[in-house]
Amino acid sequence: MTNAASRTPRRTPLTWVRRGGLSTLVFLLPMLVVFGVFSWTPIVESVVMSFQHTNLVTAPEFVGWANFSAVLADPTFWIAVRNTAYFAVLALIFGYPLPLIAAVLLSETRRMRGVYSVLAYLPVIILPVVAVLLWKVFYDASPNGVFNTILGWFGIPPQPWIQDATTAMPSLVLQATWAGAGATVIIYLAALRSVPPELYDAAEVDGASIWQKVWHVTLPQLRGILFITLILQIIATAQVFLQPFLFTGGGPNNATTTILLLIYQYAFQNSLGGAYGKATALSLMLAVFLAVLSIVYFRITRRWSTE
Amino acid sequence: MKSPGKVLLAGAAVVATVGALAGCSSGSGGGGGDSKIHLVVAPVLPGATADALNALAQRVKEFEKANPDIDVKAIEYQWTGTTFAAELAGGTLPDVFNVPFTDSKTLANNGQLADITADFTKTSTADKWNKNVLSVATGDNGKIYGIPWGPYAMALSYNREIFQKAGLDPDKPPTTLDEIRQDAKTISEKVPGVAGYMQMTKDNTGGWNLTTLTQSLGGRMEKVGSDGKVTVTADNAQTKQGLEWLKSMRWDDDSMGSNFLFDWSGINQAFASGQVAMYMSGSDVIGSLMQANGFDQTKYGVTTYPLASGSDAGILSGGNVDVVNVKDSPEQIAAAVKWIDFYRTQPTVDKNAAVKNAQTLKAGNQAVNAPTLPVFDKATWQQNQEWIKPYANIPAANIAPFNAGIFTQQIVPEPPRHTQDLYNALDGVVQAVLTDRNADIDALLKGVDTKVQALIDADGK
Repeated sequence: MTNAASRTPRRTPLTWVRRGGLSTLVFLLPMLVVFGVFSWTPIVESVVMSFQHTNLVTAPEFVGWANFSAVLADPTFWIAVRNTAYFAVLALIFGYPLPLIAAVLLSETRRMRGVYSVLAYLPVIILPVVAVLLWKVFYDASPNGVFNTILGWFGIPPQPWIQDATTAMPSLVLQATWAGAGATVIIYLAALRSVPPELYDAAEVDGASIWQKVWHVTLPQLRGILFITLILQIIATAQVFLQPFLFTGGGPNNATTTILLLIYQYAFQNSLGGAYGKATALSLMLAVFLAVLSIVYFRITRRWSTE
Repeated sequence: MKSPGKVLLAGAAVVATVGALAGCSSGSGGGGGDSKIHLVVAPVLPGATADALNALAQRVKEFEKANPDIDVKAIEYQWTGTTFAAELAGGTLPDVFNVPFTDSKTLANNGQLADITADFTKTSTADKWNKNVLSVATGDNGKIYGIPWGPYAMALSYNREIFQKAGLDPDKPPTTLDEIRQDAKTISEKVPGVAGYMQMTKDNTGGWNLTTLTQSLGGRMEKVGSDGKVTVTADNAQTKQGLEWLKSMRWDDDSMGSNFLFDWSGINQAFASGQVAMYMSGSDVIGSLMQANGFDQTKYGVTTYPLASGSDAGILSGGNVDVVNVKDSPEQIAAAVKWIDFYRTQPTVDKNAAVKNAQTLKAGNQAVNAPTLPVFDKATWQQNQEWIKPYANIPAANIAPFNAGIFTQQIVPEPPRHTQDLYNALDGVVQAVLTDRNADIDALLKGVDTKVQALIDADGK
């Protein structure tokens, strides 16, 4: 039994260099420089900007917490919070179970699994903007719109889809689910392959039905990946921008204005008023909220995972 | 662990990275290796037709011939408030671009535009300018920051072919709001799939159109007190009257189609493709319809937007100002002013330039006689119209209803403070009225007053 400290030589710059620290650093340097320049500089600058009034050209003026209080006092802020939460909830209801069901079905499929996987993944490779433009044709509110034509075959009158405050948000969620589900299906499929086949064999010996196998073997084995995809989905839905921006511009009457769209509007809707401060203040608030949410979530789910 | 090969490799990687990063910040906006002054100008909208680009290339050639020391590169570009400041900060703005009347003065006062006073005063028309028109490009310090062109009045554009299909006389367009409503109803009934009338609703254009409607009925969205204090008055009787009118067409007549989320280019597309029969826009919009949508001008009709009786009723007007990138060198600024004078101003005052410009536009199938308002005075404008008459390619009968009425309409400028914020807040009101039969107009307009007033009051603190 020797003392651990006596075994480990004292760390000095010389031992660090001798152990290859220098070449490690030199190897790391390009990445650190790129990361620092392209990732951290904008982050730090945006934090600074959230306390400034600036038009990006003339000298900025420090205004303390004014941008934060102005954002909180804006009635549109609370509408955007409500809409974002609504989008997230709808996306969880539509979008969370669907890929899992698809992945389980795919993994049970013996023939043409590759073809089905490609079909499931196909929407992901379509450029998001192209996909939205495509769905705009589907959502055309006139009787000649693609979806309305299909409804017409069953005698259902044309629906306003994105032209009405009540149907706009579910329509956006439907498209977002279609666009994003494929990637999640692939993650679940990969995770399903890691489930030991002996567990299924044992379950079959015990006379378990397919649903009992899913419930008692598949889902518990996927618990870790399910927790991860859930928080990733919450974070992604809290930052939804593309669909409201391209489909509705936040309308009708702010029914689809989300937090990220509001940030965009602050920053770019009117370049004259120097609302970049408000935009970065709201971005910072969102980032802090999501960070706190993630920490709390991981603490809770870690407890569940170990129980 | 330490190997010279590894260190060498890593060193090479560092050099490559630093080189790449350095490359990001150099090489752009440079001189181009010759003694010429290089200028990037942006006189056409994105999506311009081949005809439009050919016409532009001709004009660039003429300019370069007259100014051999200047090299002009013309690009497609559309100024939007949404991207302007980021482009300016990022160094990707062209040297010459145009901004709307609503924004030029504020941009000038914010220090976001180049001061062109010295070069502007050297132009042949410097003393000819109507002070009221030039004021949109004049900063509070009295300096000049841009050259206005193409002022327009809001007008009613209509598709003559659809009018005929609906059994209406395209030479007798509607002259009151009631007649617009009646004609829209007739069109939507007789020509299925076509919206009889539509207004823009998105990206601040909904507020722009609603403000036009309000002012044409005699109302104002903002009032300036004698002490200079601005009060937002969106919640007024005329705005409500205008919204009720839209509501009746949407919900009682069903004559506004099925798409209620249109921005400027979206409604232009819909009109050009025959989905909308009548809409409200600037009187010069045919220029863009031809340039970006390839629209056949023989189908086009335009008339004045109806004004209510009463001394307060007036038509909203606007226009464009060509401005210069604030980051440009004095030589570039001087060249830029020469270009703007050549491209925008000379064709309005000089017979030779007017004729050449008209010939080029006509050859490129671009609008020659799009209806605009005088930039100097009415006499100069009329003279200009005479010069270009032989090359006019929009049939005179199509624009006659507008030209006959516009000079008797009172022109009212746009609301003065936080204009784009006001327009954005009003977008939601128009959208609500067109998509929700039970929209609470009073509450919505009160909300606009509160929101925009808070922005204006915050400026004073």
